[in-house]
Amino acid sequence: MTSPNRQIVFDSVSKFYGEVLGVNRVSFALDPGITSLVGPNGSGKTTLLNLLTGLIKPTRGSIHVLGLTTGQPVELFRQVGYCTQFDSFPPGSTGYDFIFWPLRLHGFGREQAARLTDEALERAGMTQVARRKVAGYSKGMRQRIRLAQAIAHHPSVLVLDEPLNGLDPIARAEAIALFGALAVQGMHVIISSHILEEVDRISDRVVLMSSGYVVAEGQIREVRQEVRDHPMQILVRCSNAARLASAAFELNHVVEAKIVNDGRGVLIRTRDAEQFYLRLNKIVCSGLIEVEAVAPADDDVDSIYQYLIGCNGGPI
Amino acid sequence: MNARLITRAKEWTQEQPWELYATQIFVLMRNEIRRNLFARRRLWVYLLAAIPVVILLVQRAFARNTAEPFYIESATRVLARIVHLYYVRLGIFFACMGIFTWLFRGEVVERTLHYQFLVPVRREVLVIGKFLAGTLISIFLFESAVLACFYLTYDRFGAAGWSYIFDGPGLHQLGAYLLVTALTCIGYGSVFLALSLLFKNPIVPGLVLMGWETIAPILPAWAQRLSVTSYMRHLCPVELPVEGPLAIFTVVAEPVAPVLAILGLLCLSVAVLVLSCFLIDRIEITYTAE
Repeated sequence: MTSPNRQIVFDSVSKFYGEVLGVNRVSFALDPGITSLVGPNGSGKTTLLNLLTGLIKPTRGSIHVLGLTTGQPVELFRQVGYCTQFDSFPPGSTGYDFIFWPLRLHGFGREQAARLTDEALERAGMTQVARRKVAGYSKGMRQRIRLAQAIAHHPSVLVLDEPLNGLDPIARAEAIALFGALAVQGMHVIISSHILEEVDRISDRVVLMSSGYVVAEGQIREVRQEVRDHPMQILVRCSNAARLASAAFELNHVVEAKIVNDGRGVLIRTRDAEQFYLRLNKIVCSGLIEVEAVAPADDDVDSIYQYLIGCNGGPI
Repeated sequence: MNARLITRAKEWTQEQPWELYATQIFVLMRNEIRRNLFARRRLWVYLLAAIPVVILLVQRAFARNTAEPFYIESATRVLARIVHLYYVRLGIFFACMGIFTWLFRGEVVERTLHYQFLVPVRREVLVIGKFLAGTLISIFLFESAVLACFYLTYDRFGAAGWSYIFDGPGLHQLGAYLLVTALTCIGYGSVFLALSLLFKNPIVPGLVLMGWETIAPILPAWAQRLSVTSYMRHLCPVELPVEGPLAIFTVVAEPVAPVLAILGLLCLSVAVLVLSCFLIDRIEITYTAE
C-alpha cells in the first residue's frame, strides 16, 4: 500500500458556491501515475482540480497532497505544477518571462531559473518562439507555454486541466508522450478531459464525474467490473460465427450473441465474462471453431461512461 | 507564560526563510511595477499628478519677468495648498484608489491572479510585495510632481527664490512636503488595498472614504485618528487657516508632535495591512463569479 505521503487524498470533500453544488462528498486516494478526471462540462472536474491546488477552499472535508495541505503554499507548490484552462496571461509578458519569473518566485537563482526555463521550453517545443509576446501566440502555443510553466520546476504532481485543447494532432501526440514519460518517472499526472477517447489510451486510472459526484473511480478494468448491471461485450473473431453464437445462447449468462457484419465474428453480451471465457476455452478445445481473436468490446472509458451516466462517448 | 511566548516567537523568527521572502518581494515588486507603472491605462494617474505642474508651467510661461520677492510668502501658501488641498485630498487619493485597488482586482479582471496563487509564495508575502510596489509607484509619481511644483514655485523668484530655499525655510518645507506625500501614499495605499480585498467593487467604499476624509475636521478628536488627512495636517510646514462654511464646525484637535503623527499613520497603515493579510487568505479563484 502506498504511503499517504505519496498519495493525493480527498477525504469527504464538498464544495458549494452559495447554494450551487460544485462537488459533493468526494473521497479517493490517488497513487502516482496518470489519473484522468472524466465528465461532461459542469460535472465538477475543474472544481476538483482547483480544490486540489488551493485556488478554492472546500466547504467540508480535507485534502492532502503528498501529506501537505493547501495551507502550506511554500511546501505545496514546490511539489505541484498546475496547467489551468484559464487562457489568460500577464499583459505584455513573453513566453520566456512567463516561465522565468515564477521560477524566481520559487527561490531559484537567476542562472538556475534560466536553465530550468530553457529546459521547459525545449520539452514543450517552444524554444524558437520563447522571446515573442504571449499575446501573439496561437491557442496551441498558449496551451504549450502553460504546460511548460507547469513542469518547469520539476514538480512531483502535475495537474492538467483540459491539456490537449487547441493542440494539433502532432502536438497532442507529443504531449501525451510527455505525460507518459513523466508518469514513468514516478510523478502524479492528473488530467481532466471531457473527451473520453483521448484519456482512455494514456490513463492508469480514471475518476468519472457527473453533476459534482464521483460516480466511479479506479483502473478502467476495475471500474468496468463495478458496472454489474450492464452485460459486458466481448468480440470473438472466429472461423464459424454461427456455431459460436448457437453455443453461446445455451449459456444462461449470455443475453445476446450477434454475428458481426462481415460474418467472421460474434459480439457476445454476457453478465459473467469469466464463465464465458471458460466455456469458450472448451469450445475451442473441442475443435468446433478456430478463434482468431478475443477482445472486450466495451472495456474503455467511453462505454463505461455511457453505462454509468447514460451519456454518449466522444465529446460530451 | 510570557517567556514561553517570547521563546516561541524567537523560534518562529528563526524558522522563517527571510532570504526567500526578500527575493519573492523583489520579484513581485518588479512584476507589479512593469504591469502598473508603464501601462497605458495608468495615463490618468500621470495626469492627476501633473495638473498643478502644468498650471505652474503655464503661469510661468505668461509671467515674463522675475517675480517680486515680496510675493514669496504668498507663493509658499499657494504651494502648501497645492500639496495639502490638491495632492493629499484629491490627487493622491484618487491615484491610490486606481493603483492599489487594481493590484488584486486588476488581476481578477485580467484573470491572472491564479498565477500568483500557484507559486510557493505565502499570501502575506504577496500582499506585502504588491503593496510595496504600489507604494513605490505612487511615491515616485507624486514626489516627482511635488518636486516639480516646488522648483517652479521658487525658481521664478530668481536669486531670492534660491535664497529662500537654501538660506531660509525652503528645504525644510520641501522635506515636509515629500514626507507628507510619501505618508499619504502609504496611508491611502493600505486602505485601498484592504478595500479591494473586502469588496468586489471598491469604488463605492472609496467614495465613502472620501466623504469620511472630507468631514474628518468636524469629527471628534478620537475619530480624526482614523483619517489620513488629519495626520497629515499636523505635518504641514505652513499654517493653513480653515476657510469656508465648514470652518465653524471644525474641531481644532490638539497639536500632535510630528513624530507621533508619523508613527500614528504608520501604525494605522500596518494595522490595515495586517487586515489585508487576513483578507487575502479568504480569496478564491472563481473568475466566472466576478
